Amino acid sequence: MDLTFTAEEQAFREEVRRFVAEQLPAAIRHKVTNGVHLNRDEHVQWQRILHRRGWGGPGWPQEFGGPGWTPTEQYIFEEESARGGAPRLISFGLKMIAPVLMAFGNPAQQQRFLPKILSAEEWWCQGYSEPGAGSDLASVKTRAVRVNSTEGDHYIVNGQKTWTTLGQYADWIFCLVRTDPEAKKQSGISFLLIDMKTPGVTVRPIITLDGAHEVNEVWLEEVRVPVENLIGEENKGWTYAKFLLGHERTNIAGIGIAKRELARLKRIAEAEGRLDDPLFAARVAQVEIDLMALETTNLRVLSAERVKKAPGPEASILKIKGTEIQQAIAELMMQAVGPYALPFQQQDVGPEYAANLGAGYCNLRKLSIFGGANEIQKNIISQMIMGL
Amino acid sequence: MNFDFTEEQVALVDTVRRFVARDYGFETRRAIRATKSGWSRETWQSLADLGVLALNIEEEHGGLGYGAVEAGLVMNAFGAGLLLEPYLAAAIVAPALIRRAASADFQATWLPKIATGEAVIILAHADARGEPVSERDGRLSGRKAVVAHGGCADLLLVSARLASGGSGLFAVTPGSAGVTLHSYPTLDGQPAADLILHDAPASRILRSATVGADAAANGTLDATLDATLNAALDTIEAALDIGLAALCAEAVGILEATVAATTDYLKTRQQFGQPIGRFQALQHRMADMLLHLEQARSMSYLAAMHCADEDRTARQRALSAAKVTIGQACRFIGQNAVQLHGGMGMTDELILSHWFKRLTAIEMSFGDTDMHLQRFARLSRAA
Repeated sequence: MDLTFTAEEQAFREEVRRFVAEQLPAAIRHKVTNGVHLNRDEHVQWQRILHRRGWGGPGWPQEFGGPGWTPTEQYIFEEESARGGAPRLISFGLKMIAPVLMAFGNPAQQQRFLPKILSAEEWWCQGYSEPGAGSDLASVKTRAVRVNSTEGDHYIVNGQKTWTTLGQYADWIFCLVRTDPEAKKQSGISFLLIDMKTPGVTVRPIITLDGAHEVNEVWLEEVRVPVENLIGEENKGWTYAKFLLGHERTNIAGIGIAKRELARLKRIAEAEGRLDDPLFAARVAQVEIDLMALETTNLRVLSAERVKKAPGPEASILKIKGTEIQQAIAELMMQAVGPYALPFQQQDVGPEYAANLGAGYCNLRKLSIFGGANEIQKNIISQMIMGL
Repeated sequence: MNFDFTEEQVALVDTVRRFVARDYGFETRRAIRATKSGWSRETWQSLADLGVLALNIEEEHGGLGYGAVEAGLVMNAFGAGLLLEPYLAAAIVAPALIRRAASADFQATWLPKIATGEAVIILAHADARGEPVSERDGRLSGRKAVVAHGGCADLLLVSARLASGGSGLFAVTPGSAGVTLHSYPTLDGQPAADLILHDAPASRILRSATVGADAAANGTLDATLDATLNAALDTIEAALDIGLAALCAEAVGILEATVAATTDYLKTRQQFGQPIGRFQALQHRMADMLLHLEQARSMSYLAAMHCADEDRTARQRALSAAKVTIGQACRFIGQNAVQLHGGMGMTDELILSHWFKRLTAIEMSFGDTDMHLQRFARLSRAA
């Protein structure tokens, strides 16, 4: 047993740390470290900086233009990026659709879509959830009917997707659609790529409790989608969807982000004199200890990945603990500033660091809901790991 | 970075597991518990024959010269067996203390005897409230509270306040005039004793000059205090830190067994016409137990890696974090395992209730969760 990183890994960590320190625009760093939402241009700017360095797709193999990093190198990259105040990479293109294209897309689809994900020329969003399909994803109702015509075969898609994160910026959406309404739930689903500029696609904002516009409804009305945009085989979409969800879970624990936010919590608590209160100090200590434990658990999962590839159901452990920790930190930050956590969307009241803490706390309630609600993760743990 | 174990380490674990399965079953343990002393010298000799008593003793003193990782593996493997014999106190803490504190002669005399099982040496450190053990003219008086395995000792190592100020470490022989051991079992069935000293003869064993100088050089001592006098406490603390990591590993061994037994019970116990493990309320409780177990396991590894760190702050920070995580896991998993076993969980007949009691005792030993949480908060702020 050896819990230290190798000399090469340490050198790589230094290299990433230096790169982020030198290349990350100060304005972006300031926003990220103060919990302010970034706009599209800022996300794109950072993605392009990384792409120029050859680091645009941290989880990508070299054959598709990625750096070919090991899981440990990816972990180090994400940790150092977070520590340096870099934005979290937008996962919909890089970590969700890209692995599906690599595994199940045809060469034409790979060549058409992958390079523009790396270069941030095209922004992707996820068309999974529907008003009636949340945790029970396989009950999607959005309907796609194949039509043969002289202008080329295509699907006509009708339905509604929801909770579409940053869909307002998106050029493309990958969707789960029902192509065989007669088949049993999972077996009638297909995986379609839809150009957001197609007539009949409408994006409507959903304003969340923190006042932010982060998620959307996407309405699909008589949308024509060329059959070339089908991934793999018709009615096999559930297989690809599950594969995607597996990839979404690498780096799910968010250790780097939690470390950065913990440091921010300690700065704020120190400035507010809250660490002199033994009860508050114990709460901070508790979350710091939980994070230490989770970091080690995460390293154990990474170490196991060396032999057996994608993380299995143990990723559910990382998801639950990781989100609980980030939520606890947000809660303590809000509590640390007392009444100045309450002014809403004000920038000139109270200390600068207090401005977004109330809204930030509210926003992070999403963590235990998205990506498979934590209760679903507990189902997975008890059924897949414990065999109950 | 890897969490793999060497073939040698795996063989060591197998040896201990085989011993527990074959020679230390629940009924054997119950019989030993019913004896007057509450432990078995015969079992102790078997452990010596297996070589595990020599584990953490240097080769020059007849030992195997292993470290904290191996100690943790052995303690983990002993875990579910609920050993009544003083493995932690006599085979891990005592050698760690003697190596740090005692003269070459003392080491050469006693360490080989620990390895062969001839001598059981136990540290008696925590004073009874209001009755601190203190030294005057080389003799000790006072009371040590709830000394784990105190009654098993052939030799006691006793910390005491010195008449000249500061603290010292002394060897005391049970049976000498003025030495009384009041023995009793604790909640977890393990033997313990209060040590009552009345003007008892004692020999000071601290290798004071060198240890004090080291500690002063490391900056671990308050410069205004006489380094040699307080080195005793630092040295004892360092040995107990080795023990704490081993205790964490033992806890994880019991936690693993407890979670596994409860999972099995949920699969077999039928109510409302189905195994109770089909009920989501219970499934989620089990998932929560597994989360505690995995975090505890991680922290037990971290504790093993850091328990011998020279940097006292880094060492104690890691150990306190481990003890908090593991103490909370002991509480949560222990309580819920009993809960999910229903009435059966309340019986003396199932080993489960004995695991629960040992987990409870572990949570309260070597500093409880609150104490370590506060120490972690203090150390993190200073760091």
